[in-house]
Amino acid sequence: MLFLIILILSFISGFFLPWWLVAIMAFLAALFLGKTSRQSFWSGFGGVSAAWIILALLKSIPNDNMLAKRVAQLFQLPHWILILLVTALIGGLVGGLSALSGVLLKKALKT
Amino acid sequence: MKLFKALFSIAITLALLWALQTKFGDAPPLGKFLSPSDGFWQNAESRDNLRSETLKLDGLQGKVIIKYDEHNIPHIFAENDHDLYYAQGYVTARDRLWQMDIQTRSASGRLAEIAGPKALDIDRYHRRMGMVYGAENTVKGMMKDPIIKLIIEAYTDGVNNYIRHLSKRDYPIEFKLLDYAPEESKPINCAYLLKLMSETLAGGSDQFAMTNDLKKFGAAAINDLFPDYPFHEDPIIPVGTKWDFKPLPIPKPSAGFIAQMTDNIKTKELAPEIGSNNWVLGGSKTASGYPILANDPHLNLTFPSIWYQLQMSSPTVNVYGVSLPGAPCVVIGYNQKISWGVTNVDADVLDWYQVRFKDNSKNEYWYNNKWNKTTRRVEVINIRGQKPFYDTVIYTHHGPVVYESADKKPKSGAGNIPVGDALRWVAHDESDEFMTFYLLNRGKNYADYRKALTYFTAPAQNFIFACSDQDIAITPNGKLPLKFRDQGKFILDGSDPANDWQGWIPFDQNPTVKNPPRGFVSSANQSSTDPTYPYYINWKFGPYDRGKRINDLLTGMKKATVDSMRIMQMDDYSMRAHDVLPSFFKYLDSSKLDKDQLKVFHIVKKWDMHFAANSMGASIFNNWWLKFYDMTWGDEFYDKKMLLNPPSIDRTEELLIKEPDSKWFDNINTPAKETCADIVQQSFIAIADEMLHKYGQPGEKWEWGNIKDSHINHLANLPGFGTGPFAAGGAGAVINALKGGNGPSWRMVVQMGPQVKGYGIFPGGESGNPGSFYYQDLFETWKDGKLNELLFLQSPDENPGKIKSTLILNK
Repeated sequence: MLFLIILILSFISGFFLPWWLVAIMAFLAALFLGKTSRQSFWSGFGGVSAAWIILALLKSIPNDNMLAKRVAQLFQLPHWILILLVTALIGGLVGGLSALSGVLLKKALKT
Repeated sequence: MKLFKALFSIAITLALLWALQTKFGDAPPLGKFLSPSDGFWQNAESRDNLRSETLKLDGLQGKVIIKYDEHNIPHIFAENDHDLYYAQGYVTARDRLWQMDIQTRSASGRLAEIAGPKALDIDRYHRRMGMVYGAENTVKGMMKDPIIKLIIEAYTDGVNNYIRHLSKRDYPIEFKLLDYAPEESKPINCAYLLKLMSETLAGGSDQFAMTNDLKKFGAAAINDLFPDYPFHEDPIIPVGTKWDFKPLPIPKPSAGFIAQMTDNIKTKELAPEIGSNNWVLGGSKTASGYPILANDPHLNLTFPSIWYQLQMSSPTVNVYGVSLPGAPCVVIGYNQKISWGVTNVDADVLDWYQVRFKDNSKNEYWYNNKWNKTTRRVEVINIRGQKPFYDTVIYTHHGPVVYESADKKPKSGAGNIPVGDALRWVAHDESDEFMTFYLLNRGKNYADYRKALTYFTAPAQNFIFACSDQDIAITPNGKLPLKFRDQGKFILDGSDPANDWQGWIPFDQNPTVKNPPRGFVSSANQSSTDPTYPYYINWKFGPYDRGKRINDLLTGMKKATVDSMRIMQMDDYSMRAHDVLPSFFKYLDSSKLDKDQLKVFHIVKKWDMHFAANSMGASIFNNWWLKFYDMTWGDEFYDKKMLLNPPSIDRTEELLIKEPDSKWFDNINTPAKETCADIVQQSFIAIADEMLHKYGQPGEKWEWGNIKDSHINHLANLPGFGTGPFAAGGAGAVINALKGGNGPSWRMVVQMGPQVKGYGIFPGGESGNPGSFYYQDLFETWKDGKLNELLFLQSPDENPGKIKSTLILNK
């Protein structure tokens, strides 16, 4: 459930600036809906990564992944999929840590 | 405890966000750059991004209709001139915003603002050369002219309107990589572009090296090795053309100059073979009976392309061609009545003057037998992440003292700039070049062409012209200083007024020819005229090879078509090989070669002298010639302690063909006394062995296309954003002058007549966005030596089948 909420919120925040809105989304989602640290972290990680992969592909597939290929070469990566994975990893870390912070704050406030 | 854990986690998260938002070293801020919401993914365009739309823009006076064709080339139809140039600025910014920004930054010495301290030396170089000073003077000249003021301001407004409404997520990818924001444009930015062109085409200098040559070898040797007119030549203005004007008196050489050149008193580098071709074949020699014009300017090839193609139409004009992103008007192009093109003249418009300061304060300098005050200009260079750098530049009446002491000079680069000398450069003067293009864009006949040229200052260009009335013409044109012969071949004494520029060659006395009997006009950077022209323009020009080949081909041409011109632009026959190889073969003793060397010899012996991509002979000859040149001059002219200028290719050819016993062939580092034949033999053996060692037995690896390394890089040399290496024919001294990252930056052929028809191609595409399908869609066509038929619309509704989308701009 938390995963899905974060995914949807991250997807929507992809249409707004700045990019770190996504951290606030994951944080708030976990603050209200988070249960355990582990569940929140992985929901945040998975939700943001998945949303970012979808958002990136929505741009990249109609582009024949041309720009992703160029940027991969710029970062000295052998395949454009790797730049997508790096994107997902960074989004995931941001989402995971934000959600974790959210749930930990929730727990701290409850006591 | 729980609170502590929560706060700790929040702190870590914030630290991560900060790190992902911050630029470290050359890497972009990773979170910002990779996030789909404002990172690079936003720059990935879909194939059908060309949607028709209508925008409301402040500042427009009427309605502008812009038709985009299948190559994303805009065809602008405006109701008045203000809106036309406004729209040009707007659409150019839409496609090329980062290029416009970085060009201006480079010219104005503001790269360190975005790149940090590593760009400080290059910024200081540009500031100290007076690029900002020159642009400030030029913009003064432009703004005095009400027409040019209007179009420059309209263009700038168009650019700024685009920038103001640009969302951060749509910033060009380079802004995101370098993590900075576009800033609003100013009229002076148009002037900076001209300065950049002057720097590229008329900003080199070998005066410093020539002065060192003179000190080392003496006047007699230098007069012999560096003649003022080449051995092989076929000048732009045909030999025998009469000069029908009464020339101004030529200034007398200064006393110091005469002493330097007659007594044996001990008192930028060799220009690469860059240049351009243009020609017009008169109606008597074409199939249609109307002139055909061709032009291919050779410049550094980059993505985005240096040129931006467009059509511009208003009630006063309808013109098609290429523009410089950041400046109004079409620079090379055609309209219904006329077409024109340019190549570089190589006029000497940059001179160094030795300055004698009174004392170390450098407040006064000696000139005209008295002490004169210097002025100072403080250049403030902002540096990313550091305090600004204040650089004070001393000016005399000549111009900036670029490096007044050796410690001001950067450790690398700027090797050709002498220390303690003031720079007199035509690019520092007030000027109004855009008026030339404004008038050419609207030109109807020969008289309009001649009038347009009078406004052009720098960099001097060979303006070629054809019109539907059958007139053809060429004019090496620009503001050319009135000089005594060889004034500025060496560094001048800045204290003697006789060494100053003594005025200008009157514009109507610049060399020109109209409808010559031979039926064609052409230029390829060679000497402007034969030695009968009364004025001094320069002592050396580009090598004659391309010009000679063009003239040979055009002489033989009858019933020529556009395709004959296209094939000629791709011609790769080497005049140098034609001139040099018979002597090489004469002097080479093949009985002294071993088996492998002999194989190499047979390949070059059978070579057809074309620099084709699959030619092995071309690779062998090219190496052989370079080695021969090196072995001839390297012993005398390579000096670790001072910069010297070796004699020209032309003079080397003359020695080979006419003076084989010349003392210059002797290698001064060996006890033996070498002759020309020895150097021919030794250079051949050396390169044959080198190539066998490097590439194995002759085969594919020896082919010219694989050896010469053709490539097109991104303007910031970003890996993955250019073409990478590709195999192609051509060489510096053949018509298809493609070599390394330099070559034909725009190939255009225009068939004049009742219905003008243009053809053209440049390597790249209209869009500057590496994520666009129009970033390099024209590259393959260009590489294959083909031309696109250009869509020259007479009204916005014509030829709807070729139009992909329509952009309407309303006030």
